[in-house]
Amino acid sequence: MKCDGIPSGCAISGMMSEEGRRIDGSVIIKSIACMHDRSNGLGGGFAAYGIYPKRKHQYAFHMMFDNMDAKEATEEFFKDAFNVDKDEPIPTHRENGIKNPPLLWRYFLEAPENKLEFLTERDYVMKIVMQINSEIEGAFVASSGKNMGAFKGVGYPEDIGKFYKLEDYSAYIWTSHGRFPTNTPGWWGGAHPFTLLDWSVVHNGEISSYGINKRYLEMFGYKLELRTDTEVIAYLFDLLVRKHNLPMELAVKALASPFWKDIDRMEPEQKKVATALRQVYGSTLMNGPFSIILGHSRGMMGLNDRIKLRPMTAARKDDMLYMASEESAIREIAPDLDQVWSPKAGTSVIGTLNAEVE
Amino acid sequence: MESQLPAEFVVNVDHEKCRKCKRCVINCSFSAIEFKDKVTPNNKQCVACHRCTTLCPESAITITENPLDYRNNYNWTPEIRKNILKQAESGGIILTGMGNPKPYPIYWDHMLIDACQVTNPSIDPLREPMELRTYLGAKPDSLDFEGKNDNVSLKTELAPQVKLDIPIVFAAMSYGAISLNAHKALAMAARRMGTLMNTGEGGLHEDLASYTDRIIVQVASGRFGVTSKYLNNSALVEIKIGQGAKPGIGGHLPGEKVGEDISKTRMIPVGTDALSPAPHHDIYSIEDLSQLIYAIKEATDYKKPVSVKIAAVHNVAAIASGIVRAGADIVMIDGFRGGTGAAPMVIRDNVGIPVELALAAVDDRLRQEGIRNRASIIVGGSIRQSADVVKAIALGADACVIGTAALIAIGCRVCQKCYTGNCAWGIATQKPELVRRLNPEVAADHLCNLLTAWGHEIQEVLGSLGINAIESLRGSRERLRGVGLNQEALDILGIKHAGIGQ
Repeated sequence: MKCDGIPSGCAISGMMSEEGRRIDGSVIIKSIACMHDRSNGLGGGFAAYGIYPKRKHQYAFHMMFDNMDAKEATEEFFKDAFNVDKDEPIPTHRENGIKNPPLLWRYFLEAPENKLEFLTERDYVMKIVMQINSEIEGAFVASSGKNMGAFKGVGYPEDIGKFYKLEDYSAYIWTSHGRFPTNTPGWWGGAHPFTLLDWSVVHNGEISSYGINKRYLEMFGYKLELRTDTEVIAYLFDLLVRKHNLPMELAVKALASPFWKDIDRMEPEQKKVATALRQVYGSTLMNGPFSIILGHSRGMMGLNDRIKLRPMTAARKDDMLYMASEESAIREIAPDLDQVWSPKAGTSVIGTLNAEVE
Repeated sequence: MESQLPAEFVVNVDHEKCRKCKRCVINCSFSAIEFKDKVTPNNKQCVACHRCTTLCPESAITITENPLDYRNNYNWTPEIRKNILKQAESGGIILTGMGNPKPYPIYWDHMLIDACQVTNPSIDPLREPMELRTYLGAKPDSLDFEGKNDNVSLKTELAPQVKLDIPIVFAAMSYGAISLNAHKALAMAARRMGTLMNTGEGGLHEDLASYTDRIIVQVASGRFGVTSKYLNNSALVEIKIGQGAKPGIGGHLPGEKVGEDISKTRMIPVGTDALSPAPHHDIYSIEDLSQLIYAIKEATDYKKPVSVKIAAVHNVAAIASGIVRAGADIVMIDGFRGGTGAAPMVIRDNVGIPVELALAAVDDRLRQEGIRNRASIIVGGSIRQSADVVKAIALGADACVIGTAALIAIGCRVCQKCYTGNCAWGIATQKPELVRRLNPEVAADHLCNLLTAWGHEIQEVLGSLGINAIESLRGSRERLRGVGLNQEALDILGIKHAGIGQ
């Protein structure tokens, strides 16, 4: 079908099968390519879940290195920090105009038990990720989750997708991003998705509350090194959902909280919950224009800012949930839909992997 | 001996215009105008309070600085020479009122605020909600919930929280330092605007009993008027350790101001001096402060947040950290420009540090220690305009207090003579004929207007920043830039210099 994109801002698109069916990467490339005019060639990327089923218990580190020194320093560091089960170059296709890629390498890692005396495994891995990004010059962790990976770089998303040969991967969740950077330079590490452990975020918009979100996260040991606001989103979900055990619905109420005028009209217990969330988690409120798609190993979530300053359309067809900046990007890959809607401001769309799916 | 000091001001009366109505004579509470066949100024008494010029129906009076040329000398300025003469005549400490007037750097005026362009749209506060609501009190690091989906309930029990509709609170000014009518105006305005007033250390007059949910009651070293009822009839309780205008020293309300009403409110005999010792005599270290905090919490059944007010001094960050760890729910920091009813000039003009730097240092320190959630930070000590409030909140404050600005709104001319008790505007005086000049209803309207105006201005700035809730500004130093500051000041404030992007 014909694509009528509106040339403004970034583009995001995501799809998941709630039944856990694996879909190859050519589909998501087709969807994001439909919104070509929303990006300017300075960044594109994808997150995929379920791509390493044979190594699903190992942390898959997708690494970017500026040079061999950085690679060697990181490998030296890995030797001490992990049991390295396997490492290999990330397969790429070099003849489609993607310029100056960094060294792209992936490592399948296990956290040694003797390192986990004082930390949970995931806190340990998070610490390592922070350490590499802030301490090893020229090394960057593109993703660090289990059975998932991020594929990103400087270029149009459809070119980046072909560069990484995404047609060779199959995943039950795909998210994607085309970037039109305005506030921070376009560099390989700065492309979306941003990830931590199995969280990934693609983001259209700008977090105007970045300053305080960052300072708040720093209190809890997060290091924000990437010169971009999207990073805080991944870390905020990690803090609220993983560390503070908030259910996703409540985390969303903290990050894109209801207005006081609406809270004041809620039923007493609901009001108490919403008030306490704003009182305690006020510094996590993500303010400014955004639509995001959050991926994690058990699902996908879409969210808009409190006054919907960025577009987002959601749709369902059988077991599939789709979300994208524009409806055209969904229709491009699924012309016949059961349901299409525009989620309201500050309201999340949550897709969850069926409980029986492993 | 007749003072040899020349007059500071000259009262000029235009006798052509003057109709000899004597209104100026009746209104001058400093005896600077007499009537001898015609209106005759006694310039030496004039403090430039503007009462006469404001009320003269013919606009026949102007006041000018006495154009007395001292031989120019950068070192021996006229002010220094005048002070020496005063002390040579009196042998006393020079008393003064209001905040530090010296030309120290004002850091607020060296910070600029960001705004949105293109990628992050600014928000129109006239069309969209723009939330200023703020809760004061200790917050836990995280929350626990029970139940699922629509049936979620809160498991964590929160410490008491006080709601502010606007993050601006009226500063502590005692009944004694200011008049009952001024107190009434502050209480009425606090109720109407959904904010708080602060009794200061002079107790709570019974006429204000109906406003108690909007009142911060203070417990200072003199413990004036402190009873169980006083503590419980409040929005929150504040322990006053220090005051920005006079860090490290106590207070003194002269006996002549202690009339029947003040005597009752402060619980001291009529006509006796009300002395506040420099330290609390039961607090000689942090563990003693902790005891007092918990004594107050016990006395109020853990239903009131307890605030501790300190002056901004060199080591303020470590002190504030100790205060939070001692159990305070709120830390109030008063900068060296903060006002006072009376203070020795040597202290007011030379002791303490700017609140901007103190605030930045405290917020940083509490974050480094991971205890920023445990207490709210309130700052004062010369918040002059809504822009100062915005900058303070961006540096990390939860709310600001305004004292002098509030008094200016109800008539104060900043003549710095509060300590004389002769305030011609009925504010800093206890003389019934002067107090009567201040109409509490009219004054409350002015205070509400000021807060309403500032509220709108803050909303405009939030909108231009592309955010619609005050908590997204709080501590967001990324939205500030410094101009004309050296690197060290920038580092302390935690802001970048203008011209540097993200």
